[in-house]
Amino acid sequence: MSAPSTGGASRDGYGSALLRLSRDPRVVVLEADLGKSTKSCHFRELYPERTISLGIAEQNMVLVASGMASSGKVPFASTFAIFTERGFEQVRNGVARPGLIVHLCGSHGGVHTGTDGSSAQSIEDLALYRTIPGMTVMHPCDDLSAEELTVQLLNHGNPSYTRTARNKTPRMYNQKTCKSLKIGKGSVLREGGDVAIISCGVMVSESMKAAEYLSSKGIEATVVDMHTLKPLDTELIDELAGKCKGLVTAEDHSVIGGLGGAVAEHLSYSGGTPLRMVGVSDRFGESGTPQELMESMGITYGDIANSCESLMS
Amino acid sequence: MDNIQLEELARQCRRHIVRMIHSAGAGHPGGSLSAIDILVALYANKLRFDVENPDWEDRDRFVMSKGHASPAVYSILHEVGFISEADMMSFRKMGSVCQGHVDMKWTQGVDFSAGSLGMGLSFGLGCALAARMDSSDRDIWVMVGDGEIQEGQFWEAVMAADFHSVGRLNLIVDRNRIQNDDFVEVQMEVGDVAKKLSSFGWDVREIDGHSMEEVVSALEWSSKNITSPTAIIAHTIKGKGISFMENNPSFHGKAPNDEELRMSLEELS
Repeated sequence: MSAPSTGGASRDGYGSALLRLSRDPRVVVLEADLGKSTKSCHFRELYPERTISLGIAEQNMVLVASGMASSGKVPFASTFAIFTERGFEQVRNGVARPGLIVHLCGSHGGVHTGTDGSSAQSIEDLALYRTIPGMTVMHPCDDLSAEELTVQLLNHGNPSYTRTARNKTPRMYNQKTCKSLKIGKGSVLREGGDVAIISCGVMVSESMKAAEYLSSKGIEATVVDMHTLKPLDTELIDELAGKCKGLVTAEDHSVIGGLGGAVAEHLSYSGGTPLRMVGVSDRFGESGTPQELMESMGITYGDIANSCESLMS
Repeated sequence: MDNIQLEELARQCRRHIVRMIHSAGAGHPGGSLSAIDILVALYANKLRFDVENPDWEDRDRFVMSKGHASPAVYSILHEVGFISEADMMSFRKMGSVCQGHVDMKWTQGVDFSAGSLGMGLSFGLGCALAARMDSSDRDIWVMVGDGEIQEGQFWEAVMAADFHSVGRLNLIVDRNRIQNDDFVEVQMEVGDVAKKLSSFGWDVREIDGHSMEEVVSALEWSSKNITSPTAIIAHTIKGKGISFMENNPSFHGKAPNDEELRMSLEELS
């Protein structure tokens, strides 16, 4: 994998994906006043007749989407990750339970969101949606992968939740490599036999930095972009658990129920491979820059590297 | 069907309702009996559907948002030929196509999975918006309970339907004045629903929900109005048709025992 280049935020990838999806007349876009932020605004500009604005009313938006899905449409609805949670029961009872295929996107997920403070920093969305039977849950790491994975949702047979991030992160893919991504299949960005770092979202680039640092100290790490938390690529986890001394998960999300939780659940059945979880440890964020918050929460590349080193001893 | 035939069909459905709930040992007779006259008129005279092709894209939709009144829905679905007597009588039993609350995933002819109140009008709005995008003239009917409209989401949908000028969205409020715990006026009175909906931009008509003449005429009025969303406030009696259940909060969610079933069927004979 070549060195990361500068890219956009994953929410920009969502916006670009909607434009590509517009070729399918079944695709409709739903907004709850935050289209400029989630980037569905680009679709709205070109296809106002297929964009439904529902105001600041997320519960209604979720059920309007499911009504449209029941009538042959493929709805993509978005708002901030935290505000999708206001419609959680609606997603559970009104979308997933009847098996209606609605694609929900929550932008501005995680403490990386920054200065807006804790009310806007969803650290539990991935855990919540993972508990709903039949939901696909994704958290891509850059704009190109977010675009590719969102485009793949067009013919996906399940409802989904995708978290995107507010801020730019380094690109992990280029126009060519992102084509090899598949929903439900972890993407190995770097190979190393000592330890494996399984990460998602903004933590993927931190994980790559951690791996470079570890390499300078003689520890070789595999880095996985686990963009899909559900269904989890358990085959890949088993393979890594078999060859490495231990696994480290890295996420901008609570350690309860997110990527770390998902991997821990799987490992508890499949074997005794040691696991360390880097994530937000059962606490709320506050206002600050993304970097300050990541340091305060203990989710920087240094924290990942420390966890990896602790598995080597 | 003429009004006499509709009234007889409603009486038959009332018998199904009490038998189903008695057999299950659980269910909601009160709100099923208050709603059934409207459902009978809707299915018999208004709703466009095809029993041989339940997923027909251009069928009208009926969204039963007060999903606990499922026995009312199953009774009329049985009468129009969607579900068998055996299926109907397996209500609430393990593996039954007739789940406790109406569920589109389980029952042919059901257009919405209900059970959590306040969601149906939003779903109906989505159906209506999709129909308009497809230039289809299918009508969307949604029934809610009066206790149900205490849910905030209902008013989100009311506001959005007006904003989007969805003319083929037809709401029926089953104003039976009783909810789970007690009378609506005790729990949290919802007040002048017609005035509230009018102030949100809806065209509203109030009727006696047990007068077939008024029900039939209101359904006709509602379906002909395709310029703005319409609402029928149907003033009804919870438990209508069975004297000891009428206006009795304790029969919101209680099954009749053997003796009560016998008395019910006698009154409905």
